[in-house]
Amino acid sequence: MATHIPVVKAILSANDAVAAENRAAFDAAGLLAVNLMSSPGAGKTSLILATLERLPPSLRAGVIEGDIASTLDAERIAARNIPVVQINTGGACHLDAPMVRSALSHLPLPDLDLLFIENVGNLVCPAEFDLGAHLRIAVASVPEGHDKPYKYPGMFQKADAVVLNKADLMPYIDFDLSAFRHGLSILRPGIPLFLLSCRTGQGVDEWVGWLTAHLRARRGDHGG
Amino acid sequence: MHELAITQAILSIVLEAAEAAGARRVTAVELTVGALTGYVDDSIRFYFERLSEGTLAEGALLRIRREPGEGRCRACGGAFPVEPPLLPACPLCGSPDIWITGGNRCLVERIEVEDGDPHPGGEGHPQRQ
Repeated sequence: MATHIPVVKAILSANDAVAAENRAAFDAAGLLAVNLMSSPGAGKTSLILATLERLPPSLRAGVIEGDIASTLDAERIAARNIPVVQINTGGACHLDAPMVRSALSHLPLPDLDLLFIENVGNLVCPAEFDLGAHLRIAVASVPEGHDKPYKYPGMFQKADAVVLNKADLMPYIDFDLSAFRHGLSILRPGIPLFLLSCRTGQGVDEWVGWLTAHLRARRGDHGG
Repeated sequence: MHELAITQAILSIVLEAAEAAGARRVTAVELTVGALTGYVDDSIRFYFERLSEGTLAEGALLRIRREPGEGRCRACGGAFPVEPPLLPACPLCGSPDIWITGGNRCLVERIEVEDGDPHPGGEGHPQRQ
């Protein structure tokens, strides 16, 4: 006899439960956690470095670096005397909440104001795995083309803001900014878009201002 | 590659539910997969077949229901299904004033189990595609 058993469980509910624990740990430490997601080479590490450079000196940041292998990105961060933990996913194409949880014990969370979590370069899976970060940022770049929101809607649907890096290349590349914006607007009406260039510094201050406003709002909400 | 972790999560939910029900074997698994997640059905099937080997769910039939995203148009008020790549305009009236919802869910809806079959490879073998 066949028996039907209703389950109705979100496939990633186990991940989401750990993500909630991570979020509670971030809240307890009073920090703002930011999950940066993009395809390989869009400039996640460069964005972190450019952000660190322009942060008000009173703010301390830490970084979790996700990579399939290698510590190259972590070394770039550590060279700035920033607390950094490397997670090598050993082939997995995204970070998940348990990986982040295991990295947290290696960071001085109570001393941090901001925690950047650099996901593995990939426009599909990272969007599905909640890490517990307060903000999910999709980083796109001009050379990738303006069709990314149309081809990878899941990533942009779940983002809280979009950074379009390498904006200094706009004059040299057939990038249709209005088509890019339109793609975002049909997926996430009103989502903030930051046009910036980590190379020239264009737009970085606006991005940093938005982040620090979020940090202040969060602390206000929690009475800290 | 993208579907490996998803399929591991599917399998662990299935096995947990089957064990809780005291089932001897899982014969079918019903999934809902949103079209905008980017997951490929064949890839989920491929990994499920391999990961489930030697478990209660070995040989189970996967029934995958694709859940389309839904687009809506502010100009004509129409609704339409959405699959990537997205169209920049309403397929009904051509207006670009559209928005898109849903299509991101990923659920194990239910499982079908058999109990009391002591010979999993015997006559009661579940049908395969």
